Amino acid sequence: MNENIATTSMPIDLAFTIFVLAILCGIAVISKVPATLHTPLMSGANSIHGIVLVGAMIVAVGAKDPLSYLLSFLAVVFATLNVVGGYVVTDRMLQMFRRKPATPKAEKVED
Amino acid sequence: MELTPLDAIVRLSWLAAAVAFVIGLSRMNSPATARNGNLVSAGGMVLAIVATAVYLLFTPPSGSFNPIGWAVILVGIAVGGGYGLYSARTVKMTAMPQLVSLFNAVGGGAAALIAIDEYLRHSGVVPGLQENVATVLGIAIGSVTFTGSLIASGKLMGLRITPSRPVIIPGGRIITGLLAVIVVAGSLYLFTGNYSVAVMAAILAAALVFGVTMTLPIGGADMPVVISLLNSFTGTAVAMTGFVLNNPVLIIAGALVGASGAILTKLMADAMNRSILSIMLGGFGGGDSVAGAVAGPGGSVREVSLDDAAIQLAYASSVIVVPGYGLAVAQAQHNVRELAELLESRGVDVKYAIHPVAGRMPGHMNVLLAEANVPYPQLKEMEDINPEFDRCDVALVIGANDVTNPAARHPGSPVSGMPILDVDHAKNIIVMKRSMGRGYAGIDNELYSNPKTGMLFADAKQGLADLINAVKVL
Repeated sequence: MNENIATTSMPIDLAFTIFVLAILCGIAVISKVPATLHTPLMSGANSIHGIVLVGAMIVAVGAKDPLSYLLSFLAVVFATLNVVGGYVVTDRMLQMFRRKPATPKAEKVED
Repeated sequence: MELTPLDAIVRLSWLAAAVAFVIGLSRMNSPATARNGNLVSAGGMVLAIVATAVYLLFTPPSGSFNPIGWAVILVGIAVGGGYGLYSARTVKMTAMPQLVSLFNAVGGGAAALIAIDEYLRHSGVVPGLQENVATVLGIAIGSVTFTGSLIASGKLMGLRITPSRPVIIPGGRIITGLLAVIVVAGSLYLFTGNYSVAVMAAILAAALVFGVTMTLPIGGADMPVVISLLNSFTGTAVAMTGFVLNNPVLIIAGALVGASGAILTKLMADAMNRSILSIMLGGFGGGDSVAGAVAGPGGSVREVSLDDAAIQLAYASSVIVVPGYGLAVAQAQHNVRELAELLESRGVDVKYAIHPVAGRMPGHMNVLLAEANVPYPQLKEMEDINPEFDRCDVALVIGANDVTNPAARHPGSPVSGMPILDVDHAKNIIVMKRSMGRGYAGIDNELYSNPKTGMLFADAKQGLADLINAVKVL
């Protein structure tokens, strides 16, 4: 194994620390969400796990045999579908929530 | 490990992506910042992918440029991205939930495929324990969410092989239990220092079937919660893939979605007053009691003519529209807005009562009505609108059923305890519905036999169009 951050192993304690802290972060980040936003929020979280595309790319470039190429090809297709479809459909949902200019109060919150 | 400048930039880009995901998710907690939050998250995603591509180009893991690997990536992205873009842009707003479930399925599938591939590459050598555990979990969880989400998606589409009602397989619980035993036993065998592709394949097969047998018995009304739960599973599977590949951004993003998805699932289940456990153990009415549904409608049902309904609406001072799934399937959101505007032009005060789970998913109805340009302030959430039913002249229920059933107020019904809209408090009730068919819960609606209720049997779209014409000639 050559020195490569895409393949060299991370100390397990460090990896596990990251994992646990990220879980706490995930719990903290969802507060009292109005029911209206449940579906878009789920869809938004759904797009985030499309990050698996990064893994699929790493695996594809490291592939050596036909089976491996096939598996990584399917993984890249699936993951990209998750990323692109996920973000676009979430955006379409949220587009519907844009407020009419009649409510000036909302604009201040906007940015 | 020495970090080259390129290593450092890539690592920092991954970190920046993880930060963008967290900020994006937190901004999606409020309607005003939600769209921006999604863009922030998407920006992080693009950054992570570009950084990875640059990195793999300059420091390929196998030591030299791998043309086939790059072809796989580019063609894969073109195919997946093309189809993703097409389906997400063309999908009807009513069909969105099943598409989200499909995207969730392929995410889990990708995680499982990567784990399988990594396992095969060890060719005979037992991976270290931590990698072994992460690989097996990645395969098992990823496969369960792959088939589970596909079934959920099929149920929402109402495919014949996956009807939305709970499907009871004889001995289904035993089969599901056996499959779980296979997965656990196989995992233990692999963890104790054995390398076996056959055992790995058995775990994979058992997990794939488990996803099917787990989701089939759950009724369509509970699908949003199930999809959210499976979404959380996919996050976990992706985090496992991160452990296998030693990749921090996969671990962070996966754990983030796993945890926030779990919380969101809880929130959704709470909004429907259902416990996640009872949902997973079988849909509304639960396995055996479905057959013993409440006998016949409690009283006689009164039909109202189109003209009577039009007169009631046109001369009311306040009308509350209660839209439900029937409105969504009939694509009647534009017609309902047209009727509302017509009534408003006659001085009628019109509001919409949105049940948290109206439509197919929480928040779905808001999206549909917003698409039809219904002014946002007219959409009232359940807690806000319920007291107003007492003062309202006419409640117009369009294609909504279980969420208006007063049976939920007293025990002994499958919908007992579910929060409902107090439609029966209105002075007059018009229910527009195609037939006396039952809702998801599979029970009769006491509202329909209420003496104040007039039934207007029609498809939501056609019925509203006729109603609009009837009001116009008044």
